[in-house]
Amino acid sequence: MDNTLIGQPEKPLLKRRKAKHAMKDVVYEIKKESRFRKTLIIAAISLIILVMAFFITLIIGSIPSFKALGIRFLYGKTWDPVNNIFGAYPFLLGTLITSFLALIISIPFSVSIALFLGEYYPKGWFSNLLKNAIELIAAIPSVIYGFWGLFVLVPIVRQMEMKTAVLPYGVGILTASLILSVMVIPYAASMGLEIVKMTPLKLKEAAYSLGAIRYEVIRTVIFPYAKSGLLAGILLSLGRALGETMAVTMVIGNSSRIPKNIFAPGNTMASVVANEFTEAAGSVYLSALIELGLVLFLVTAIINIAGKSIIKRFSKM
Amino acid sequence: MNSKQLKLKILIVVAILLSGISLLMLSCNGGSGSNSTKSGSNTSASSNNDDNTLLGAGSTFVYPLFSKLFYVYNQQAGIKINYQSIGSGGGILQLKNKTVDFGDSDAPLTDEQTKSMGADVLHIPMCSGAVVISYNIPGVTDTLKLTPDVIAGIYLGQITKWNDPKITSINPGVQLRAMLIAVAHRSDGSGTTNIFTDYLSKISSEWQSKVGKGTAVNWPVGLGGKGNEGVSGLIKQTPGGIGYIELAYAIQNKMLFAKIENKSGNYITPSIASTSAAGNVQLPADSKVSLTNTDAANGYPISGFTWALIYKEQDYNNRSEKRAENLLNLLWWNIHQGQQYCPGLYYAPLSPEATTVAENILRSATYNGRPILPGNNK
Repeated sequence: MDNTLIGQPEKPLLKRRKAKHAMKDVVYEIKKESRFRKTLIIAAISLIILVMAFFITLIIGSIPSFKALGIRFLYGKTWDPVNNIFGAYPFLLGTLITSFLALIISIPFSVSIALFLGEYYPKGWFSNLLKNAIELIAAIPSVIYGFWGLFVLVPIVRQMEMKTAVLPYGVGILTASLILSVMVIPYAASMGLEIVKMTPLKLKEAAYSLGAIRYEVIRTVIFPYAKSGLLAGILLSLGRALGETMAVTMVIGNSSRIPKNIFAPGNTMASVVANEFTEAAGSVYLSALIELGLVLFLVTAIINIAGKSIIKRFSKM
Repeated sequence: MNSKQLKLKILIVVAILLSGISLLMLSCNGGSGSNSTKSGSNTSASSNNDDNTLLGAGSTFVYPLFSKLFYVYNQQAGIKINYQSIGSGGGILQLKNKTVDFGDSDAPLTDEQTKSMGADVLHIPMCSGAVVISYNIPGVTDTLKLTPDVIAGIYLGQITKWNDPKITSINPGVQLRAMLIAVAHRSDGSGTTNIFTDYLSKISSEWQSKVGKGTAVNWPVGLGGKGNEGVSGLIKQTPGGIGYIELAYAIQNKMLFAKIENKSGNYITPSIASTSAAGNVQLPADSKVSLTNTDAANGYPISGFTWALIYKEQDYNNRSEKRAENLLNLLWWNIHQGQQYCPGLYYAPLSPEATTVAENILRSATYNGRPILPGNNK
């Protein structure tokens, strides 16, 4: 099966080189080529298998919990390991609120950075410095963000809360969203930057020759052209925000109740799994945590698919 | 070209189906393998031919003590012990799968767990530890006194201010302002939480019915912090904070902690001595007892054992008799000579009563029906 699969395209090559090389060399090269191709195919297929295996493992692991709780798992508001009542709703809500809030906070910054570096200062020491800083933000381990959040951001938020009537916890949904927004900026910014740079020079020059000022060029030429790329970057950062665990766990307050406002403590699906997995004693408990992972997997997949179709629609316009 | 693409597609589909099937089979095997005692395929303790290397897994709470003990024991007896601190739940699971010689748990096995083990499991107390209540009230450096009622009230969300009459009446002379109480608890599943909620369940029927006890519970109020360091971070940072942490951690980090009224009506300062004293009571023969709210007059009320877990019948999975002997000798050493290393690491040594019970439990272990330790191995 492999031979017929691999052998076909080599035929013209074989004919061409027959005159130049001895038969031996050609056979050797063909073998090399086919080995290389096989390696690539194996690598590609094993990736598909891996994703499927993840999915199947999660499904199998969550069967006991699904049997015990059914669909209630999704909208149940109580997470009570003692009585084996597991509702993921507060965590689902926590994950979505923190991620989208982080996205909203980060968009002005990431779009500005993309325009600044792509259009205003594409070269020079300052733009290099800024680019390196953005890369660094993406490379810092998330536990460091957690520390920084705990020691710097939390006291600042607490000071704000002291002036209001709420309990001055400092940790909570808002703090987690702020940390997340810093963490996701590089993803949207660097992708947007590449697209902004790719705007055809002819279009820009045409706009300038018509008397447009820079702001107008950005608004009427670059922005429509780079829209889908900027959106794709934002989508990428949303995926990152949904799954972020460590930094969020450290500053979100880890409370299983439904948050009443953005200052209240909450919890996300990823941080619940990270927190409770090691000591989960009951079989339903363990399975409920795996099901939480499955829900996170699905939410991420749905948002990605939805995002891609949005990008498609935008780029057609 | 078309036929090639088709073949590639078929290849992919076949590969996915194969992976799915193999996974299903794997998981089915895993499910049934845990029930049958003879599954030769997995890497079990028996497959390790070196009987002088023992494997253990479980509680993170006891890890600092175990690493000290096992180091010393290795020097003295030449037996190597590889202990993985993966959490009590993980230790129990590994013992169930028979991949370790012993587990260690901060809570005795539940009924569900006992059933799933398939064979009798012995609980051998190793040492005990206390959980203290720490607080941060700006301007207050005195040691607070707390009663069971107050602690339950705070954690149920019924007492919300530090100047609540229930607190001020038992703490005359301490200046308590109308500050909100910020409650902190562990966010990760933990034996510390198990001891603390076990205590609350005993002293408050309302807690027992509303929340219950466990390594993680549905907290009515408060913030969660990860680990002792997470909770103490919340306490230190939040004005008006209160939380529960391990005694060792509180002493090492010089944190304030409260005196707590015990069953006999005495206010007890948590310490190694008062924790040991809590275990000096009539214990059941299997030692599976919670020490919280102890009857001992000078005992600190929030404390608990950590238990090593082994199978009562040591002849399983083709384990050698030598291996079983080594394991029992190690545990025997732990509850006798090993106890001298407890106080230095802020663990409470076993009380004389607890040592006697532990000795009897170890003597009940058998290899192929015969007792492993001699009757009077003193």
